[in-house]
Amino acid sequence: MARIGYFPGCSLHGTSREYDESLRALLAAMETSVEEIDDWSCCGASSAHQGGRLLGVALPARNLARAEAQGLAEVLAPCAACYSRLAASRHEMDRDPDLAAKVRLVLAREDFRNGVQVKNLLQVLRDRLTDLKAAVRVPLKDLKVACYYGCLLVRPPEVTGGFDDPEAPSSMEEICRALGATPVAWNRRLDCCGASLSLARSPSVIRLGSTILQDARKAGAEVVVTACPMCHSNLDFRQQAMRHRGALEGEMPVLFLSELAGLALGLPPKVLGLHRHFVPTGSVTSRFAAAAGEVG
Amino acid sequence: MSHPHGPETLVDRVHRQTGINIRRCYQCGKCSAGCPMAQETTIRPHDVMRMAAQDDLEGVRQADGLWYCLTCETCSVRCPNQCDPARVLDALREIVQEDHPEDAPRPLRAFHRSFLDQVRSHGRLFEMGLIMAFKTRGGPLFADVTTAPGMLSRGKLHLAPTRIRHLEEVRRIFEACGQRED
Repeated sequence: MARIGYFPGCSLHGTSREYDESLRALLAAMETSVEEIDDWSCCGASSAHQGGRLLGVALPARNLARAEAQGLAEVLAPCAACYSRLAASRHEMDRDPDLAAKVRLVLAREDFRNGVQVKNLLQVLRDRLTDLKAAVRVPLKDLKVACYYGCLLVRPPEVTGGFDDPEAPSSMEEICRALGATPVAWNRRLDCCGASLSLARSPSVIRLGSTILQDARKAGAEVVVTACPMCHSNLDFRQQAMRHRGALEGEMPVLFLSELAGLALGLPPKVLGLHRHFVPTGSVTSRFAAAAGEVG
Repeated sequence: MSHPHGPETLVDRVHRQTGINIRRCYQCGKCSAGCPMAQETTIRPHDVMRMAAQDDLEGVRQADGLWYCLTCETCSVRCPNQCDPARVLDALREIVQEDHPEDAPRPLRAFHRSFLDQVRSHGRLFEMGLIMAFKTRGGPLFADVTTAPGMLSRGKLHLAPTRIRHLEEVRRIFEACGQRED
């Protein structure tokens, strides 16, 4: 059984727990065991680097150092913001030895070599595309999906290591095709959802999110797929507010990539946490769920 | 880029923090064209870049676009001259806040302080605690109040925080980075 390090991050233990649930179920079905970083702490996400560069690098670095001490060669950070902070921290220490020395001092870990690879879900699934394809039990035939990348999964390229094109990515479409789904061509797949302004300036988030969802619908998509808890929350949870403001008509289900893949592998919707969404997912689960009727 | 005869200029300071020479910016405007917040701000990314390149700290302090940056990185990917506006704006926010913490809009300040306080207190973000602290600090009081029940019934909000075992390690990071408790 393959083994991969795991940094769940705060959202996956709270508001996006279905991402954690579906991901663990998916990787188990793909015979990959996840090993959580012991006693992991918050990456600092949207706030730490606003409070200074050293804090923004040192908070994620604590987790990289713990992963390294645990003997993990690569770590999956499913949240796009955590992924970006961990990978940026690694990158900045790599190119700035003075900063790396400072961080080792702050962490009180003189032996920290900064040798852990950080990966997001797109990378991990694309690396295992053959295994994924072989594990599909319920091909998502004729399901039109809008692959929504948002920002930090593919940008900036010096942080992501250029695993995909920052302006014309294709990894999520490749993964969805392997699941049997049909990705649509649309314009807003790299637009920002408003991210951390969700609480402090929600009208901006409603404007940005509704533009994204409208474009997905115009392109004929039946579901929007994401690999980021902030994008998911801003597109799923905020849909009601979009409708109240007349910015959106009807409902557009928004699924985590791990949920969509889980359905294709024949995992029950309840195991994947699909009942935790704000926008009902029945339009998808009724067609593809192996154990139909388990989710409302 | 050193100025041995005078105080450090804004251009120097940004260069010291990021390694970027903002005088390279030739004002093509691509950063603003792709900025998702440009339509909500009067001073857009290329304006901020110009002000900073002219050492105009007072101008930068007035720039609404500085604070509503989403760090989406679109500008930095598209900049044809490697000026990396997202990193420059990060650095400018840090520089401005060193001397003028009150410049940042109140809801944003409230959000970031509340967020970091959660991390300092528990080692992880306690979302319910963040929302409460954010509202106490001056976030919009009645926005989102109706959402808690929906979050709770879906098992998405915890009522108590999870504390990491080695919280002292996280506290040490905050202290070493000069972040004190309020």
